[in-house]
Amino acid sequence: MVKTNMKRISLALAGLLMGSATVAMAQSINAAGATFPAVIYQKWFDEYHKLHPAIQVNYQSIGSGGGIAQLTAETVDFGASDMPMTPDQMSKLKVPALHFPTVLGGVVPTYNLPGVTQELRFTPETLAGIFLGEITKWNDPKLAKDNPGVKFPSDDIVVVHRGEGSGTTFVWTDYLSKISPDWKAKVGANTSVNWPVGLGGRGNEGVAGLVKQTPGSIGYVELIYAVQTKMAYGYVKNPAGTFLKADLATVTDAAAGAAKNMPEDFRVSITNAPGKNAYPISSFTWMLVPTHIADAAKAKAIREFLTWMLADGQKFAAGLSYAPLPKEVVAKEIAQIKKIQ
Amino acid sequence: MATSAAVQAPAIRKETQTGDMIARLIVFAFAASILLITAVLVYELWHTSALSRHKSGWGFLISRVWDPVTEEFGALPFLYGTVVTSAVAILISVPLGLGAAIFLSELAPARVSSALTFLIELLAAIPSVIYGLLALFTLVPLMRIYGGPFLKSTLGFLPLFKGPSYGVGFLTAGIVLSIMTVPYIISVSREALLAVPREQREAALALGATRWETTWQVVVPYAKLGILGSIFLSLARALGETMAVTMVIGNDPKITASLLSAGHSIAAVIAGEFSEATTATYQAALVELGLVLFGLTIVINGAARLMIIATTRKGSKRP
Repeated sequence: MVKTNMKRISLALAGLLMGSATVAMAQSINAAGATFPAVIYQKWFDEYHKLHPAIQVNYQSIGSGGGIAQLTAETVDFGASDMPMTPDQMSKLKVPALHFPTVLGGVVPTYNLPGVTQELRFTPETLAGIFLGEITKWNDPKLAKDNPGVKFPSDDIVVVHRGEGSGTTFVWTDYLSKISPDWKAKVGANTSVNWPVGLGGRGNEGVAGLVKQTPGSIGYVELIYAVQTKMAYGYVKNPAGTFLKADLATVTDAAAGAAKNMPEDFRVSITNAPGKNAYPISSFTWMLVPTHIADAAKAKAIREFLTWMLADGQKFAAGLSYAPLPKEVVAKEIAQIKKIQ
Repeated sequence: MATSAAVQAPAIRKETQTGDMIARLIVFAFAASILLITAVLVYELWHTSALSRHKSGWGFLISRVWDPVTEEFGALPFLYGTVVTSAVAILISVPLGLGAAIFLSELAPARVSSALTFLIELLAAIPSVIYGLLALFTLVPLMRIYGGPFLKSTLGFLPLFKGPSYGVGFLTAGIVLSIMTVPYIISVSREALLAVPREQREAALALGATRWETTWQVVVPYAKLGILGSIFLSLARALGETMAVTMVIGNDPKITASLLSAGHSIAAVIAGEFSEATTATYQAALVELGLVLFGLTIVINGAARLMIIATTRKGSKRP
């Protein structure tokens, strides 16, 4: 009896699933790109699918470089990237693409200094000095000056960075390039760079693991990762002179601070943004949407999704530890949606 | 063989011969497909790396700079890391694996042998990322707190064990690789040792050899081909291993004599940087690294073949 009932239920379920699958087939959108926002994107696509069962977005988190490559090859309907496309990359596109900032992320310095219980404060000068290999000891006078009352050991500083290409490294090195002419000249900014010093850990977990295990080490991880794993991280001094500990509000404020001088196409780095409460190592992550989409129904679906994402979608961000967009930026983006045809 | 087959041929029924023909064609196609896949692979690697090959030429192989910002790419630090970690792995895993295989095939009671063999084959099935994570959280601290300081205090006069030790580096990666490759050596060598005919052992014992002399001077040389095969199989695995290496090698493309310092490997850099490689030249350089790794594997496998040919000529004749 039970068995036949089960069978009937499962048949009914299968029928339902198949039914909804055929409806969903009506508008299937393919996207690929950055891994950093993959969690919130998945959430958005799921929620949007619940509201509009006909629309199904498949997102492959293959990395920003991969997202741009697939967009260029026109194998996806839209791409996603943790850094704005370069003019060179833009010129390779057959159909120009629009940049839509979706959420924000921050990158934080994390360290392991046995015997020091206070939260450390870093200035742009000390961060650049440490990562350039010029500040090599924890008891360096520059560090001591910013951290009154902290008794630094004379240990060597061990720098830990990401060992693979990542958007996090881009944000970190982009920040260092802005605040240190030396860094800009010697190293520069990219998803992976020629590090002057340090060990490479694979992924946020690799960096965190090495920092936790190596006394005297300093590294950088995504704010999300630090929050979710309850890691300790340091204060960073912003251009307004405030020492800030990154959180969702200070990261959103960085975007608000940068909004006044934001270019029309949103291809902008917001590291070292002005604003008293703006965390300086923050960044947008973008969806890259072609200006012209041949299938009119698909174009309409993408326009509607973006409108929803900028309004209701933003509410999901904080719950997943992503910093939501400030309203100044949302208003500008809504105007840009019309350009998708 | 050929002549006796020719003599028997007329006796075979016609339809069997067509069946044979079809079977022969099918297996030929399968064998040819391997060649085809290799050819396509080489072509793709060659073709996709064109941008980088034209830019840096042969200098790619000897340049030590890897700078994605200025787009200067050189393979040498990665090549060095791959070779050094694999060499360390083989140095550790060969004696360990061969010893274990001898114990399992010659000395252990049958029940112990089969139980242990099952466990060893289980080891070979563990995904490499698990080895990598385990190593990161257990081996790395052990190497930093005990291994590195111990080696520096005892063998510190050698350039191999100098400089600061953070736990990650060539030696740690080599040790992880040796743990990963040892099951292959044990498993294949044990099979080879078990395949040695009983008469060989009995003859040696009858001539007055001890158990160990029999094993070392008769059984092991007889199984040499299989043992060498197992070593090259695990060498190939070590050269191409990615996840476990990248988690413990330190991912720092530098060439240093010290095994305690951080390095990088070809497979690790390809896996780590390809998805976020933002420019065409950068991607091409990573593909060219793939080509270099392919070349390295061919060179090493070629050397292995030559070695097998040389040793089988010198050694005892196999039937």
